[in-house]
Amino acid sequence: MIIQTKSDIIPSEITPQEVFDDRRKFLQQAGFGLLAGSAGLLVKPLEAAANAAGDLAQLKSRANSPILKLPAYSKTQYGAGEKLTSFEDVTSYNNYYEFGTAKDEPAINSKLFKPQPWTVSIEGEVKKNKTISIEDIYKLAPLEERIYRMRCVEGWSMVIPWVGFPLAQLIKWAEPNTNAKYVEFISLADRQQMPGVNMPILDWPYVEGLRIDEAMNPLAIMAVGLYGQPLPNQNGAPMRLVVPWKYGFKGAKAIVKIRFTEKMPLTTWMKAGPNEYGFYANVNPQVEHPRWTQSSEKRIGAGLFAGRIKTQMFNGYTEQVGQMYAGMDLRKNF
Amino acid sequence: MQAWIYAKTFRLALMLAFISKVPDRKQVTRLKVAVFSLCLIPLVRLVWLALHDDLSANPVEFVERSTGYWTLFMLLTTLSLSPVRLLTGRTWQLQFRRMLGLFMFFYACLHVTAYLWLDYSFIWPDIIKDIVKHPYVLVGAAAFMLSLPLAVTSSNLMIKLLRERWKKLHRLVYLIAVLGVLHFWWLVKKDIREPLLYALILAFLLLVRVYCKPKAKAASK
Repeated sequence: MIIQTKSDIIPSEITPQEVFDDRRKFLQQAGFGLLAGSAGLLVKPLEAAANAAGDLAQLKSRANSPILKLPAYSKTQYGAGEKLTSFEDVTSYNNYYEFGTAKDEPAINSKLFKPQPWTVSIEGEVKKNKTISIEDIYKLAPLEERIYRMRCVEGWSMVIPWVGFPLAQLIKWAEPNTNAKYVEFISLADRQQMPGVNMPILDWPYVEGLRIDEAMNPLAIMAVGLYGQPLPNQNGAPMRLVVPWKYGFKGAKAIVKIRFTEKMPLTTWMKAGPNEYGFYANVNPQVEHPRWTQSSEKRIGAGLFAGRIKTQMFNGYTEQVGQMYAGMDLRKNF
Repeated sequence: MQAWIYAKTFRLALMLAFISKVPDRKQVTRLKVAVFSLCLIPLVRLVWLALHDDLSANPVEFVERSTGYWTLFMLLTTLSLSPVRLLTGRTWQLQFRRMLGLFMFFYACLHVTAYLWLDYSFIWPDIIKDIVKHPYVLVGAAAFMLSLPLAVTSSNLMIKLLRERWKKLHRLVYLIAVLGVLHFWWLVKKDIREPLLYALILAFLLLVRVYCKPKAKAASK
C-alpha cells in the first residue's frame, strides 16, 4: 500500500536527478568505507569520501544550486590586535562529530553538504511557532565581523574572525513569552548528508542550550560566516552559535531549531559525560576537567615549540559576562 | 589506516612463520637490518613532516599521537612473536623480540619527550598536576616508568646476571601493555573504535598464551 501525503516541497528545491544519482554514488562509497571500518580494519570512510569529493566542483556546477552569498558586513572593535588563526587551520581542524570524530574529517566529509535551502524553526515558550529561512536570517540584523578567541575543552584555542549578528536580535524576533528561561539549540542530524550521525557516538541530534540572559548577552552571536565568507560547511554552515566565554562545544552548528523552555535543557554532552561536561561550560582555569588541563592551552598555529599559554577566566571576557554569574558556585555549576 | 598497518604486519609475520624455512644466521642478520630500518620509518616521517610544516593544525598533538601510536604498535608487535611460536611452533622470530621491544621503548621516549617538552615546555608543576589529576596521563606515566627497568636490563650481560629473576621482571611487559591500551582508551572522548581494536588485539595475544601454553606442556609429557 502506498500512503500518499501532500508534498510541501516547492519545485525549485527539488534536486536534479543526475545530481541525486551522483550523491548516492558518493554515499555508497562512503558506506563501503564504513563497512570496512566496522570490519575491524578501520579504513576510514573519508578515503572513499575523499575520492567522491574530488568531483565536488564539477558536481556543484552541474547542480547549479545558488550558493549562499554573504551580505555586506561592518567591522567591529572586538578582538582588535589579536593574531588570527589562519583560515586553513580554522577550516581543517574541527570538532564536528556529525561529520566524523577525527579533526580532519569534517572538512572532508562535509564537502557535499547543502546548507541551502535552510529554514530554522522557532518553538516552545514563544508567542507563536514560526520558521525563518537563512536568507531572511541574513536580513534580520546588520551583520558584523567579530574577532573572538575560541577555547576548546580539549585544551586548544583559536582566534576566529566570525561574521554574524547578536543572538539577542534573533531572540527578539522570536518573541519568547515570560515562561522562557532557557534557549535550546538543535542541530541538523541528517543521516544521508552527515556520516557521523549513523554512528551511535552521541545522542543525535546535537543539543546545546543557554540561560536566556546568557543568550541575550551582547557577546553571544549567531555566526553565518568567517573570514568574510559564508560559513564553511565544516564550521557549522549555514548558521552556528558562538559564545566565546564558554568552551567550544557550546557552539551548536547547523542549527535547525531554536526552542525556548522553562526548564534547563539537557544538552548532548551533559548526557554523554555528566561528570565531564556541565550546562554552563564556562571557560574556567580553576575548575579541573577529568581529562584535560584547563589552566593552560595550546594556541593553534603557534608552532611546534610555542608551548602553552595561560587560560583566562571566562576566556578573557569577564568584563562582559562575569556579572551574570555573580554569587554562583562555578565549581558546582561547571 | 594505522590499525591496517598493524593487521598487515601481523598477518605477514604469521605467514612468514608458516611458509618460510628457518633462516640461517646470515639471513637473520640481514632481516635484522631490514626490520631495524623499517622501525625507523615513523621517526623519519615525523622529521620530514616537521621540516615541511605539515604536522596538521595542531603539530604538538600530532607528534604525541603519532609517537604514542608507534609505541603501542611496537609493543603489540613484540607481544605477537610468542603467540606465533605457540600457534606455529616456529621460534626464529623470537630473535627479533629484543629489537622490537627496544623500539617500543624508543618511541615511548619520544612520546614522553614530546609531552614534557613540546606540550608542557618542562614546566614541572604543571606536568605533575597533569599527571596526578588525569587518570589517562597517570596510567601512561606508570607504563613508561615500568618499561624503564626492562630497557635497562635488555643486554645479554643482564640476562646472565639476573637469570630467573630476569624472566620474572620481564613479565612486567604484560602490565605495561594493559596500561598502555588503557592510556589510549581513557584519552579518547567518545569514539572508542581505535583503542577498542588495540584492546582486542592485546586480549587475543594474551589469550593465545593462556590457551596454548598448558596444552603444549600436556603434549610434551
